[in-house]
Amino acid sequence: MESGSNGAMLTIPRHSAFQRLNHWLTAALFVLLALSGMAMYHPGFFFLSALFGGGTSARDIHPWLGIALAASFFVLAVPMVLRNIWNRDDLRWTLLFWRVATNRHVGLPELGKYNAGQKGVYWAMACLIPILLISGLAAWEEYFGAWTSIPTQRKALLIHSVAAVFAITIIIVHIYAAIWIQGTMRAMLRGYVTGGWAWLHHRRWLRDTLVRAAEARPVNAGGQDPDRD
Amino acid sequence: MPDYPSLAILRRSASDHIPPDARATHEPALAKLIDISKCVGCKACQSACEEWNNLRGPIGINTGTLQNTPDLGPETWTLMTFDEYEDPKTGDPEWLFRKDGCMHCADPGCLKACPSPGAIVQYANGIVDFNEANCIGCGYCIKGCPFNIPRYGKEDRKAYKCTMCSDRVAVGLEPACVKTCPTGAINFGTKTAMVAHAGERVEELKWRGFDHAALYDPPGVGGTHVMYVLPHADQPERYGGLPADPRISPFVRVWKGTAKIAGLAVMGLAIVASFFHYITVGPDEVPAAAEDEAVALKHEVEDETPLPDGRS
Repeated sequence: MESGSNGAMLTIPRHSAFQRLNHWLTAALFVLLALSGMAMYHPGFFFLSALFGGGTSARDIHPWLGIALAASFFVLAVPMVLRNIWNRDDLRWTLLFWRVATNRHVGLPELGKYNAGQKGVYWAMACLIPILLISGLAAWEEYFGAWTSIPTQRKALLIHSVAAVFAITIIIVHIYAAIWIQGTMRAMLRGYVTGGWAWLHHRRWLRDTLVRAAEARPVNAGGQDPDRD
Repeated sequence: MPDYPSLAILRRSASDHIPPDARATHEPALAKLIDISKCVGCKACQSACEEWNNLRGPIGINTGTLQNTPDLGPETWTLMTFDEYEDPKTGDPEWLFRKDGCMHCADPGCLKACPSPGAIVQYANGIVDFNEANCIGCGYCIKGCPFNIPRYGKEDRKAYKCTMCSDRVAVGLEPACVKTCPTGAINFGTKTAMVAHAGERVEELKWRGFDHAALYDPPGVGGTHVMYVLPHADQPERYGGLPADPRISPFVRVWKGTAKIAGLAVMGLAIVASFFHYITVGPDEVPAAAEDEAVALKHEVEDETPLPDGRS
């Protein structure tokens, strides 16, 4: 494989600086929420409340972080919605997931910007975060203690913890996927991927991106892409 | 405050790994018995509670009943409830009083729900006590309680309820309400003695024509360490909404039981499975040939895309 390479490499922009900031703000808030939430979820993790200055402060800050996360996630998620709509290729890709999981790319459908796994994370979070927000508000004794009845609050707390378990589990898989699929982290840290990464994982998106770049290339550039490294 | 050396601790909130004090095995269970049939609704118990515990509740508004304040609160740990009831068969009016407050359940829902280690303790004598020093103000105890007892202090954001005067009991005194009650409607002693005494009172009430008189010691919460002699025990709701069959909500049980354990298992499994995947299948790297394919694709696309002036 290496011998065939002539060393040229494309860089394809994938996430804008704003998206990256937005994503990492959401991620940081999620981690803080998971840590302070786990402290209240299981006594074995109560020590995590010390990171926030003790149990009272952890309890105090958790709902505010939650509101901030919901807002940050909303800004992140809304512009991505159209690219995350499920299509037939996603079904084929999902049915061939065993190949994906064992790093074999032969026979996989060409994909747009996001694969079925990424769309799964998107829609899971798009459902879970509103559930966590609403159930969390219902359980927020300080301001919403009288908002709902106590029996409703009991259900809200159960829903809140189950939803949080799902959300944390999905984020664990999300983080691992970024480690597993090499070259992915660069998309969210530096904003671009290599042409090879895009060709391997999101070929239809690469093609669309290249077409748009070709259409926009300057008339007198002689076919040379001025952005090419 | 639950740190009385003379009171052995049976359970602490969020501390399943801490065993009960060794002394807990031979500590006799104590109980407060409130005989509704002897209560005249004077509210001396309410005043005694405020006096001993140094509570200064807000001045309330008269709502047309002797019940004042209208509800339990962070500074009202016991409250005399007043209910007017008309017997649907005979049309006889009844004026029902009940001294409301923490029931000190043997299986306390507040303690089960509490996430803060040691914020709620249950002594071997049966008293369930809040330790505000460890309280983080989440209000989970309020959701856990089947009797709707704990109240949230809006200013200090901590939960409060009747302590059964654990500080007095620790030094061999009866709770302040018991000491004050002028009619002997509130008794205090070992649970065995209180159950026996209640039996005598129930017999007498039945002889007087209260066929449904009985002791209220609800088994759904493992029994309580505050018990009532109720003349109408078939309808405890008559007395300020006392629940007929209180038990910890199944939602609280699942939340603090199965969900807690299963949730950790699921999250742990995700981490372990990810790690195992990495050390077996390994990272999915982009082969150098793919970079060439991308460059080739770019040229192909450019050849197919006409420039705006018509050149290709």
